[in-house]
Amino acid sequence: MSSALLAVQVLNGLQLGVLLFLIASGLTLVFGVMNFLNLAHGALFMVGAYLAVFFYQTSGEFFVALPLALICAVGLAMLLEATVLRHFYTADHLAQLLATFGLILILNDSAKAIWGSIPRSLPIPELLDASIPLFGDLSYPVYRLMVIAVGLIVAAALYYIVQHTRFGMLVRAGAADGEMLAALGVDVRKLFMTVLIGGSALAALAGILAGPLIAIQPGMGDTVLILAFVVIVIGGAGSIRGAFIAALLVGLVDTLGRSFATDFFRLFLSPATANEVGPAVASILIYALMALVLALRPAGLFPAAGRT
Amino acid sequence: MMRAMARYAVAAVVFWGLAAIPLVADFFGQSYLVSLATRIVIFALAAVTLDFLLGIGGLVSLGHAAFIGIGAYVVAVFSLYGVSELLIVLPAAVIASGLFALATGALALRTRGINFIMITLAFAQMLYFGTTSFSALGGDDGFTLPMRSSVLGIRALDSATGLFWISFTLLAFTYLLFQVLALSSFGRALGALKQNSDRMEALGVDRWQIQLRAYVISGGVCAIAGVLLANLTGFVSPSYIAWQRSGDLIIMSVVGGQGTIIGAIAGAAGFLGLEEYLSQYFEYWRLVLGPIAIVIALLVAKPLRFSRRHG
Repeated sequence: MSSALLAVQVLNGLQLGVLLFLIASGLTLVFGVMNFLNLAHGALFMVGAYLAVFFYQTSGEFFVALPLALICAVGLAMLLEATVLRHFYTADHLAQLLATFGLILILNDSAKAIWGSIPRSLPIPELLDASIPLFGDLSYPVYRLMVIAVGLIVAAALYYIVQHTRFGMLVRAGAADGEMLAALGVDVRKLFMTVLIGGSALAALAGILAGPLIAIQPGMGDTVLILAFVVIVIGGAGSIRGAFIAALLVGLVDTLGRSFATDFFRLFLSPATANEVGPAVASILIYALMALVLALRPAGLFPAAGRT
Repeated sequence: MMRAMARYAVAAVVFWGLAAIPLVADFFGQSYLVSLATRIVIFALAAVTLDFLLGIGGLVSLGHAAFIGIGAYVVAVFSLYGVSELLIVLPAAVIASGLFALATGALALRTRGINFIMITLAFAQMLYFGTTSFSALGGDDGFTLPMRSSVLGIRALDSATGLFWISFTLLAFTYLLFQVLALSSFGRALGALKQNSDRMEALGVDRWQIQLRAYVISGGVCAIAGVLLANLTGFVSPSYIAWQRSGDLIIMSVVGGQGTIIGAIAGAAGFLGLEEYLSQYFEYWRLVLGPIAIVIALLVAKPLRFSRRHG
């Protein structure tokens, strides 16, 4: 493996990592503040991507489609909150699981009914459809760099909001001890609703940004949702910092594993066996990482204050 | 006492009802009903194992399809070596699945509540992706089995009714096993841990050990469903482990009444019957299932506000 190839794969890993962070950050706060399991969170990722395709087809311009898709996705999140999710804030986890699983079934099959099961694609916006040279004769697409940049900006903004604003203070307090916060007179329900809808917006944003990079199809949000779960388990529920570090870790381990596992096994296995073992190991690497973290620190790497 | 009597009456109705299907199918010449009934029996078996864990133990596993997958893949692996004897394949599947449950459960049970749900889901997904890249058994495309299993060399599973009756017998044994377990001191301790694990631990009960034992028994026995499913379809693929399957199993085991064991069998029958009926007319039948799941959720919802200890 050359160092240039390694650099490209590290960037790819970072790009996957920031997308995972956008999805996991909202989810981890929803867990943290109110112990709420929202399986439908991943569906917002899918909805964002599909809406981006829809608005791109009608407007012909990615940067018009992006805000429109985001607004509509937030509208949908508010609708889901008002009609279904709201009734399960105080329910047990099994009921939350069933209700949000039901929402996934509805959203996935609606997407299938409206847009069909054939994967859609979104072109890379013209403005960013270029590559910039890294070093040597290697270059990297500008669009992917922009995704990384947007992810890092959102991460910084979230960190500021959670650590340095009054709202963030309430969110952290809610994650540490929601009961006490409610007893102090804070409207935890409203706080929670804000976090839920803000988190949904981030998931939709991730879907829109990922649109030009992956196949857009029904159920695409489910795989991502489970990856976000792995991120949250590793990072520790309720912690933005944990979600950020775990997301980058998962992104890098997954991408580098897929690129280099086969080469790695060739070092001490026959090529045929390595070709067999490499991809299999690469595909389960992040789950092995999760198992390792669970064995060493069951509460995750950076559990929110008050959760040990 | 009355409730127990009522439950046994329901059990009798459910089992006699299932047993009647092949006879009815034969009478009306609707042979596809036998394969539907076999599917119901197989998923009922899986739902029973989940109901013990979820309904009695309060352990919400969203990765139970993994155990079905392990059972199915054990059949496939043995077929590569020309072994199709059910008396070898079935115990092997149960042991393999139990070991997977032991390894993943030991880690997952270090956490509780939402984390447990996410971790069981993640480990099932690990197995899903592991099987998609398992190229010796067809990877993504799945693997067609060369033949159905035999019992003591007799090809008893080759006929649709033979497979049904063997599945039915195994379901009956599974039902009895979990019914006995639920009433045993182990089952009582498991149920008490669901209600108040702090108090139980104060009484000196080892939460981790009892819940892990339940998880291993549930996961191990669930592999029987996988062995039977592979025999029914003649085919093994990663789709058996897809996480939606785990969600379906939860619906089946919850809808008939949590922790009633017999309810899981009725739930599986209702779920698969509805699927069979709706998917004839309507490609997007899950659009109907979704609202049903939400309604079930509203019915089973118990307030659990802010209780960190149980969460």
